[in-house]
Amino acid sequence: MPIQYYIILSLALFCIGIVGVLVRRNVIIVFMCVELMLNAVNLLLVAFSKMHHGLAVVNDKATTVGTDAQLFVFFIMVVAAAEVSVGLAIIVMMYRNTHSVDVNFLNRLKN
Amino acid sequence: MVLLSKNPVHSVLWLVAVFFAISGHYILLNAQFLAIVNLIVYAGAIMVLFLFVIMLMNLNKDMEPQKNVWMKLAGAISGGCLLMILVSLVRQATEIGGKVAEMKTGNIGLIGNLGKVLFNEYVVPFEISSVLFLSAMVGAIVIGKKD
Repeated sequence: MPIQYYIILSLALFCIGIVGVLVRRNVIIVFMCVELMLNAVNLLLVAFSKMHHGLAVVNDKATTVGTDAQLFVFFIMVVAAAEVSVGLAIIVMMYRNTHSVDVNFLNRLKN
Repeated sequence: MVLLSKNPVHSVLWLVAVFFAISGHYILLNAQFLAIVNLIVYAGAIMVLFLFVIMLMNLNKDMEPQKNVWMKLAGAISGGCLLMILVSLVRQATEIGGKVAEMKTGNIGLIGNLGKVLFNEYVVPFEISSVLFLSAMVGAIVIGKKD
């Protein structure tokens, strides 16, 4: 499958995530849209790794080009899992203090 | 769907559907390890965590205050413009023309090859990520502690 299709799919997912971050006011949904953007980038990384492997395997049958990208995706998933746990703890703490999940309540942080 | 549904639980379920679709793409690209990890970590763990938090907060009914319509429109328009610009950029790019991502062939995505590279060349980041997990666990507990 041509690489452009994967790029356009990832761009669509990424822009949906950006629109979600801009439009919604629920903190949890904003957080989920950030996850969506991370997954779009992961998909693009895997597609590019397969593209480079496909280009390199013509010359050398036993090449391992592209393994690094898939490991990067693995590490991105690891970091995202840690980030989600801390972020949800912060959201729970905020909800306990303000009884709301509105992002605009965070305005008061500036005072 | 993730951002159109009013109910946050529906939104989470649609996001799970998106993750399943992305895992299907990984399988098509013959990256089976990443497909399984994506299913387990994202669709399994993280989404269940989101569902727990939503149910803990009792958010099932829509209590989200409505934003100004013009603000929503501005957000949608700016996102759409970004998408249009990027898509036109991709369509014009000659560098990637004709490149093909290989499907269902190649064995770099299999667990054996990934594991060899992970434990030979990427041992130090692996250990650092374990420290990161430990600190995230401690941080979550400390933040979420009732005080």
